[in-house]
Amino acid sequence: MTAFTTWDILRNLLLAARWTILLSLAAFIGGGVVGMLVLMMRTSRSGFLRGLSGGYIELFQGTPLLMQLFLAFFGLALLGINVPSWLAAGIALTLWSSAFLAEIWRGCVESLPKGQWEASASLAMRYTEQMRYVILPQALQVAIAPTVGFSVQVVKGTALTSIIGFVELSKAGTIITNATFQPFTVYGFVALIYFALCWPLSKSSQLLERKLNAAHRHH
Amino acid sequence: MPLIAITDVRKRFGANEVLKGIDLDIEPGEVIAVIGKSGSGKSTLLRCVNGLEMIDGGSIMVAGAQLLPDDLHLRALRMKVGMIFQQFNLFPHLTAGRNVMLSPMVVKKTPKGEAEVIARKMLERVGLAAKFDAYPDQLSGGQQQRVAIARALAMAPIALLCDEITSALDPELVNEVLTVVGELASEGMTLMMVTHEMRFAREVCDRVVFMHQGRVHEIGPPEQVFSAPKTPELQQFLGAA
Repeated sequence: MTAFTTWDILRNLLLAARWTILLSLAAFIGGGVVGMLVLMMRTSRSGFLRGLSGGYIELFQGTPLLMQLFLAFFGLALLGINVPSWLAAGIALTLWSSAFLAEIWRGCVESLPKGQWEASASLAMRYTEQMRYVILPQALQVAIAPTVGFSVQVVKGTALTSIIGFVELSKAGTIITNATFQPFTVYGFVALIYFALCWPLSKSSQLLERKLNAAHRHH
Repeated sequence: MPLIAITDVRKRFGANEVLKGIDLDIEPGEVIAVIGKSGSGKSTLLRCVNGLEMIDGGSIMVAGAQLLPDDLHLRALRMKVGMIFQQFNLFPHLTAGRNVMLSPMVVKKTPKGEAEVIARKMLERVGLAAKFDAYPDQLSGGQQQRVAIARALAMAPIALLCDEITSALDPELVNEVLTVVGELASEGMTLMMVTHEMRFAREVCDRVVFMHQGRVHEIGPPEQVFSAPKTPELQQFLGAA
């Protein structure tokens, strides 16, 4: 039987952490793109689009991420579509974060005074022009801090994908524990690595919030 | 032919009918003051004219463009009618110059250089040529409102709607804004303004509209409306104002 040194454990965990980072980035970027589309629908003048996007947000916010992962992995397989676990994880996390990001950003859009909409409308701008040139530049400045804050949730959310067999940091921890019988050491390292990923994010979110509040807006 | 033709316009918010059939024709170059108590529907009427509120009945025509609730008609109408708001509503993330340049560039596809020339000209017209690069929060209320006027003028509208544009200003800043509006009036701009500045209305306006409970209660030249009010409601309003 081979003996595992502490360095062996840490090295393998760090290698697996690459997948956690990659999945987090994919989910965050994908979620950002989809979330922007959902946001445009959520704030549009069409009642149908608003209802549709509202339902979408309710659905993903109102069910556990774990169920969404199961449905993406097993549900699609039942339909005859064989999805590898990394793809199911990527899709489920993207949709999940898009719902939360859309809702965070909607709050930022609605925090702007109604006069910004009215002034740009009275200057003959269309909805998409109002959004692009007047509303979003202001809303996104408000949104930076909570958005970075939410990225912490995405990183931690990736841990759940270990259940459908995607080998990221948590899953690697389980595998190594089964081989070494040192759960405390292994999961201790796992937790530390998660903390090392999340702490800078939440700290920078706090800093950004303070900085943007102090500068208030612009310049 | 009137420039702005308001015919039997009705508007309700839920069960509350705020406009109960308004008829008003405004000729090109005319300056109209709309006065009345709060809740009389004067601001709502103004907001209906450029489609910020949708009317429930009647029709509004501005220089042949009819107010209809679809994007194409609204855009055509709003190209002809500018609006100035009580709260200025400048875009705080853009400099004064950029505020003025934005809509010509976005809506009319005016090239940037040309838009800048227009913006400088318009800011000069309101006496703020030096403030091109200032952000709105570096300007006083009166200056912000004058930038808002320049911004509306940059779209070359044929009429301007002014919704209590001096009500949010400190008393000493009111005059600089009214001076600009007075100059526009004397240059022949068609103006429809909701105002509490009775002295200004008297000096500058061609006709004064007194609104009461969602109707045009009395209308006429300022000397008649202010000096010889016919209805007890207007007499009471002028006595209180």
